[in-house]
Parts: sequence; C-alpha cells; structure tokens
Amino acid sequence: MTAPDSFALELKDLRKSFGKTEIIRGINLAVKHGERVAIIGPNGAGKSTLFNLISGRFGASSGDVLLNGTVINGLKPYEINRLGLSRSFQITNIFPKLSVFENLRCSVLWSLGYKYTFFKFLANLDDANGRANELLKMVNLEKKHDVLAVNLTYAEQRALEIGITIGGGANVILLDEPTAGMSKSETTRFIALIKQVTEGKTLLTVEHDMGVVFGLADKIAVVVYGEVIAFDTPDAVRANPRVQEAYLGSAVADEQAGGH
Amino acid sequence: MANENQSKPLNVGRWVTWSLFALVLMLAPLVFTSGLGLTVLSQMGIAIIACLSYNMLLGQGGMLSFGHAVYTGLGAFLAIHALNAVSSGALPIPVSAVPLVGGLAGMGFAALLGYVTTRKAGTTFAMITMGMGELVFAMSLMIPEFFGGEGGVSGNRVIGKAFLGITYGPPIQVYYLIAVYTFIAVVLMFAFTRTPLGRMLNAVRDNPERVEFVGYNTQRVRYTAFIIAGFFAGISGGLGALNFEIVTAEVVHAARSGAYLLFTFLGGATFFFGPIIGAILMVLAFVLFSEFTKAWLLYLGLIFLFMVMYAPGGFASLIMMNLRVASFGKLRQLGVSYLGLAVTGLVALAGAAALVEMTYHLQLSSSLGSEIVFMGVTLNTSGLDHWLAASVVMVIGMGLFEMVRRRFAREWEEIQAFIEMKTNQGDAQ
Amino acid sequence: MEFFIISMLNGLSYGLLLFMLSSGLTLIFSMMGVLNFAHASFYMLGAYVGYTVSQWVGFWPALIIAPLVVGAMGAGFERVCLRRVHKFGHVPELLITFGLSYVVLELVQLVWGRIALEFRPPELLQGPAFTLINHTVNGLSMQWGVAPAEMCSAADAAIRVVCSPFPATRGFMMLVAMVMLVGVWLLLTRTRIGLVIQSALTHPEAVEALGHNVPRIFMLVFGAGAALAGLAGVIGGSTFLTEPAMAATVGSVIFVVVVVGGMGSLSGAFLASVLIGVIQTFAIAFDYSVATVAQQLGLHLGEASLNNTFVKLTLSQVAPILPYLFLVLILIFRPKGLLGTREG
Repeated sequence: MTAPDSFALELKDLRKSFGKTEIIRGINLAVKHGERVAIIGPNGAGKSTLFNLISGRFGASSGDVLLNGTVINGLKPYEINRLGLSRSFQITNIFPKLSVFENLRCSVLWSLGYKYTFFKFLANLDDANGRANELLKMVNLEKKHDVLAVNLTYAEQRALEIGITIGGGANVILLDEPTAGMSKSETTRFIALIKQVTEGKTLLTVEHDMGVVFGLADKIAVVVYGEVIAFDTPDAVRANPRVQEAYLGSAVADEQAGGH
Repeated sequence: MANENQSKPLNVGRWVTWSLFALVLMLAPLVFTSGLGLTVLSQMGIAIIACLSYNMLLGQGGMLSFGHAVYTGLGAFLAIHALNAVSSGALPIPVSAVPLVGGLAGMGFAALLGYVTTRKAGTTFAMITMGMGELVFAMSLMIPEFFGGEGGVSGNRVIGKAFLGITYGPPIQVYYLIAVYTFIAVVLMFAFTRTPLGRMLNAVRDNPERVEFVGYNTQRVRYTAFIIAGFFAGISGGLGALNFEIVTAEVVHAARSGAYLLFTFLGGATFFFGPIIGAILMVLAFVLFSEFTKAWLLYLGLIFLFMVMYAPGGFASLIMMNLRVASFGKLRQLGVSYLGLAVTGLVALAGAAALVEMTYHLQLSSSLGSEIVFMGVTLNTSGLDHWLAASVVMVIGMGLFEMVRRRFAREWEEIQAFIEMKTNQGDAQ
Repeated sequence: MEFFIISMLNGLSYGLLLFMLSSGLTLIFSMMGVLNFAHASFYMLGAYVGYTVSQWVGFWPALIIAPLVVGAMGAGFERVCLRRVHKFGHVPELLITFGLSYVVLELVQLVWGRIALEFRPPELLQGPAFTLINHTVNGLSMQWGVAPAEMCSAADAAIRVVCSPFPATRGFMMLVAMVMLVGVWLLLTRTRIGLVIQSALTHPEAVEALGHNVPRIFMLVFGAGAALAGLAGVIGGSTFLTEPAMAATVGSVIFVVVVVGGMGSLSGAFLASVLIGVIQTFAIAFDYSVATVAQQLGLHLGEASLNNTFVKLTLSQVAPILPYLFLVLILIFRPKGLLGTREG
C-alpha cells in the first residue's frame, strides 16, 4: 500500500555512464500522483536516456528509481510495466503487421490477466475486446479498426502509440516526444487527446514544443547535461535565470536580470 | 457492434472451408488410387503437420530455425521405440496413440533444448538452432542404442488386436489415421493463432521490444510457442515412424531442416495456409520431381532464390494478391498478360532446362551415350547445333517474357492504384 | 613432447583457417547485418576454381587468381540478388544466401563432378616444413624439411627415435592467415576506404549523406569477404580434400565460431577459431574414453559400466560435436560470446 503523500515516481541520485562518459549525473526528482511533468532541455541533455533508465530499457549505474515507493531499477521492462508504469517511444514503436484493433488488444491482455494462455479464443474475451474498442474510440481510430498499423498515417500511428501505452491501465505514463514531427494543428489536437486519455494519471513527457509544455504541464523539469537544474511550475521556470542561461546564453540572462 | 455483424458471414465461410478440407482429406485416396498416390498422400499429411509447426516459429513468431528436424526426428525415434515397446507388450497403448508419444517427445525435447535456444532472437537464434541440429545429428552416430546406428530403428505397426478391423496393415488404413491426425492438428494449430498467446507471438515477431512494454516477457512467449511447435513436430515425426516403420538418423539431418525452411517459405510464411502448400510441394518435389530430372535440386535452389527476391510471401501471397484483385473485379483484365507470361515463360524455361539437362547428362551419364530425351525431343549433347538451338530458344523466350512482363507490370500498377483509390473512398465514408 | 608441439601447430593452423573464414563472415555481418550462409560455399568455390586455374597456370598464380574470381562472383551476387533483398529485412537476406548455398553446391557438382578432386599443393609445399626428432638419448631436435631415414631409426634397439613431420602446407596456411589478418587490419585502420567501411558499419545513412556510395561499399565488402573465403579455399583445398562436402563440413563450424567468439567481434572470432581448432585437433588425436582412463588410473569398473555407450565413447569419437557443445555452453553461461559486445 502506498502512503497517501508518497510519490508516484521518485528518482534518487540517479546516475548513468556509458563507458567513461557520464550521461546522467545525479538526478533527483519526485513526482506526485496525478502530476503532469514536462521534461525539457537542450538536445543531448539525456532526456531519452532518463526515460530509458526509468522504464528499465537499461540499468542505472547507480542511484534508485522508485515507483509508488517500490524500487524498480534493475527490474526488467515487463516487470516494471506490470507494476504500473508504461511508456511511449520517440520513434513510433507499434506492431506493424497487426491491425489497429489487434495492436490495442495486445496492450490490454496482460493487465486483464490473460498471460500466456492458449486455451481461450481472443474472439470470446469480451473484456479485452471491449477495452480495445474503448481505446479505439479514445484515440479516434474507430474507422481504422481493421487497417494494418503499417498503413496508417504518421499522426494516426502516434495516436495508436498513445493508445498502446495507456492500454494496460498503467498509472504512471511516460511519453517520449509524443508530438514529434507533427504539424501545428495536429499537435493541438494531439495534446487535447493526451490530456483526455491521461486524466487522473501521473504523466511525464519529454517535449520540445514550448507551447505544448506550457499548456499541458503542472510542473516542468529542466534537464541540462544530465542534471535537473530546475523543477518548478511553468512560470517559475520561465523566470529562472539558470534556465534562461541554459537556453539563451548567459549574456541574455544577465540582460534579463539587469533589466528588471 | 460492427464486429458481430461481420462475423456471421465469416463463420459460414469458415465452416465451408474446414468442411471442404475434411472432405478433400477423406476423398483424396479415391482419386489417387495407385500405391504411389497413396504413399504421396500419406507423406503430404505428415509434411503438412511438420511445416505448419515450423511456421509457428517462422511466420508467426519471426524465429528462423535451422534445426526443426531435431524435434520431428526425435519425435520419430521415440515413437518407433514406443511402437517396439507396444509390440513387446511393455507399453499398453493402442498403435493409434503412438504418434502422441512422438508429440510428447517433441514437446519434451523442445522444453529441454528450447530454454537455451530461445534466449536470443534473430540471427543468433538461427545459428543456435543450426548448432543444435548438428549436435543432435552428430550424437546420433554416437549412441546406437537410441539411434540404431547405420541401419536405424525398425518397428512393426501391425501388432495387437485389430480394432474394428483396423490392423494398419494396408496403407490405406495408415493414410486415414494420418488424415485424422492431420485434420485435428491443423485445426488446433489454426485455433492457436486465435488465442492470446498466438497473438502475442505475432506481436513478438513484429516488435519484440514493445511487447516487453505491454507487460509480456518476450522470451517466455517464444519459449512457450517453441514447446507447442515441438509438440506438433513430434506428432509429425511419430506419424512418419508409423508410416515407414523405420527411422534412421537422416530424420534429424540438417538437410531435412533445410527442406522444412525452404518449402515453408516457398509455400508462404505469412499466411496460415502457406505451409500447407509448401508441404504439398515438398512431397511432390522429393518423390516425383526428383524422378523427372537429376537437376531438381538446382531448379529448386533457383526457384527459391527467385521467390526470395520477387515474392517473399511465397505462393500463398501470390494467391492472395490475385484473389484481392479478383474481389475488385479486375482479374479478367490481367488474363491476357498472364497467358502471355505463361507462354513466354515456358518457352524460356524450356530452352534453359534443355541446356541444364544436357549439361547434367554430360557430367553424370555421358557413359549412356550422348543423347537424351527432353520433353519428347531427342537432343544430342555432343552436337553443337542442339546446344545452339536450346540457347536461342532460351534467349528468345527470355526476351519475349521481358516484353510481356513490362506490360503486365504496368497493368498491375494501374490495378493497384485503382484498388487503393477504392479503399480510400471506403475509408472516407 | 613432439606430439604435443606438432598437434599444437596442427591445431593452430586449422584454427587459423577457421579464422580466415570466420573473419570474412564477421566482416560481412558487421558491415551489412547479413549472415552469409553461403560463405562456406565461396570457400568451396575457391578450392575448385583454384584447382582448375592451377591446372592451367600453376598453383602460385592460382593463389591470386582464384580469390579474385570468387570475389567477383560474390560481388556479382550481391549486386544482382542480395541488393534486391536488403529492403525486406535480415531474414530474407539470410534466406537468399541459404538458397545460394544450394545453387552453388549443385553448380559445383555439375561442373566438376561429385567425386573428390586431387588438388595437389605445389612442389615447394609438398612434404614437411620441418621434422621434430625425439631421440631417447639426444633429446628433441629439429630438422628443416624431411628428416633422412637414418635419423629416424636407431641401430641400437634400446634407443627410441620418433620423427614427427609438420606439413609445409599447414605452415603455409598459417603464414597466409597471418598475412591476411595483418593486411585486413591495416586496411581497416590505416586506409581511407577502411575508415569509410568502419563508419558504414554503424552509420550507413550518415556515410551515404557524406557522399559515399554505400551500396557500392556493400558490394565491395561482400566481394572482399567472398575473396577471403576463396583464398582460404585454395589453401584448404590443397591441404585437405577438395570435394563437394567440404562446404558443409566447415560451414557449420564457422557459424559456431562466430557465435562463440561474439557476433561482430573480429578478435572474438580469432580467439574462438584458435580455441576450437586446437581443442578439436587434440581431441581427434586422443583415443581415450572414460573406460580407458579409468583403466589407466587403476579404477575397476563393472562389466555393465564398461559396456555402457557413454563410457566406451572415445574422445576422438566425440571430437566432431565439441564445437557444438561449446556453442551450447557459451549460450548458457555467456550469451554475448567470448568477446562480443553486440547482441546480434
């Protein structure tokens, strides 16, 4: 049981080195239940690496990752997923030769307890089929029920990606650049979709589009060179001189400071 | 929901297909009544189960195995030993149940060897299976008690009390036993594709990493499927043991594994019924084609190369593509082109085959004189004019084929574009 | 003692031959992600083409010409067939090389027949490179070339003389393998084309964006791999047998070498080749089984045990499966391979 004021996700002095290069250099972060956190930072800061560490794609060099109070670093991705954490990918990661419906159904099977069974027919699993149809509606892909995932448009594939991510009912969702490669209008619609489907869940998303970030996030974590240099509400982060320096260069930051 | 309405006509179609399949299995011996016909049919049944079980790994799971013969073969060996145990009275089971022993053996060995094998995926998996295959075959020469040494292990299936007049003496009775097993095995393997494990196996094929992120242990999925495939492989081996009443080390040889791969791929790994076509082709090739020409392995290799390059989905995909075109009413249009392709293709092939056959004759049977009979024409391998003639025929055929092919390609593109437009219209509604 | 030295050298030479083959395989795999199932077929082609060329112009020109011919065939295959299949993924690539192995086997049998050919090494390489003479009194000594008969027998019955020749062909094999190894290493690390190849290894798109013709590089690499296999074939065919089964014999072992050494690792392939080569050579030479060892140790085994198949198995009988046993053990205890870094 989790204590009422415990964190959904906690990172304690997380470090990761590849060979001699330390990519993640001691990150501390505590995300409350239901919080929406955007992770921003310059390219190469280690944001995707951070996601990979949290979701178990590879292990940390040192430090801890706690999900609802349980230590999850060192666990396999599927073990972490079963504990309630799910993630999407920057490069669309769906099941290309399965239909849209099948893609979504695959994402719900484990959470409904079907495991490795080969004695039941998929067609008879009302709960799985029902949930898959629900997800289909949620991501607005009802018309593409039987279309092979590889034949969808880019935006549709991203939507499917989100659907697969939330399918299992995880409460902590990690979205890695969900709107990458989308046009302005697509992005706006997509953000509305994300808000809707992650209602009540804890959300971490890596984003570059500032408009998205300020519209979606309760809190922003700024990652620069493998460290979190600010973790605060959007307005506070906007005014943070260290953040300004990181993004715009120290001269501009001085100017801002001096101009007030 | 839309799904339920769709499934009604689908269900009728399904019942019809399966009934037809059962009917074909039942009535085939009445059409092919000769001894050769019966043995070919029996072997087809055995091969169908083997190739379908192989495709569980290849087509459904994305696991390229070079050592499937290990499981069909070990199943066969255990089955023949079981048969001998039944003969001696040590094992009180009916002869009809002996293939099940093979199935259990296949399953057991798959559980044992599969744990290490399925740890890796892709190319590494392929090589592990190859190594395992070589290992088992090499061991077969070292353990004569189990593998019977050079002569293999023989058995007798005509033992015990006759049940309803069935002694398994006459080949027709064996055929019907095989037919029953084949039908049930095909139904079961098809049903597997409709289960959660079957679907997750497909997901593992498509994107093994993503599968982990929806809560499934990819290796466990592969391992479980491997064991199930091993079960059916063992059944196939067991039926083979009953059919031939002898099992030699050849059943675990790499050549057999290669044959499963080749023909399953040729039949089509992306559709469920593809391996059935492949199995039929395999038996036809080994039993009949090999009698027609000494060059059959060369032809086979070349056909395989062409299929990989131009039709990686196998014959099944070719059939399905054309069925799709037919469903849009456009197949008639291609009729002329197809005819042209067939005629010119045959001409080119005739010329090429004549050259190949003459070359083979020179190499292998020149002591029999310099003449061979090819498609009813007597060719003189020592005379340059026949070589020239064959070359000319081949070149002309190839040239004409290329011309027709271009026209066909254009028409095909047009039809595909038409279909695309139609489906987009349908979506927009 | 001399037995140990000669066997060690034999094992090393066999291991180096395996390395010549598996290095080409590893290069092709590293560069293109293609596991060339037909690699041993190029080895066989090298032997056969080498045989034919040497019949016309002698062994030494054949040593140059045959690999070039085989390399050209490999490059041609890549250009015509393999290239078309790249877009389908790694499995079809493997399958097409698999199909090629069948076709090559049939064509070789068609052109050269089904029986073994007498591919004799040149005058210079016939006979031993050196002979080790173990004289009970004089100890171990070495003689270049053949040891004359009188040195190998002693008039005195109490003195035992054993002459162990080391074949020149084997020595030549080691020499060529070492030269090849150094040459490839230098090529990859010191020349411009080598650097381009190394980068195309991990970042083909980037290399293409820089203006290099990556498809052409692939064709060259595949052809080079085939040529190396062909070179190994000329040497292997003249040292051992030249027959249609030679591809199958060595084919599966080199795949084991590549997996045991670690997919994509040249140094791993080297280590694994030498290890497997030496161990297998020694194993074949030993006629010991559990039974004979027990006997020597003075242990008394019962009648039933002595008749047990496993107890009676000699090491030399087990030798053929040793590489595959290695494979299984490595996969259980160290799935990455001895020196592997990639997961394959």
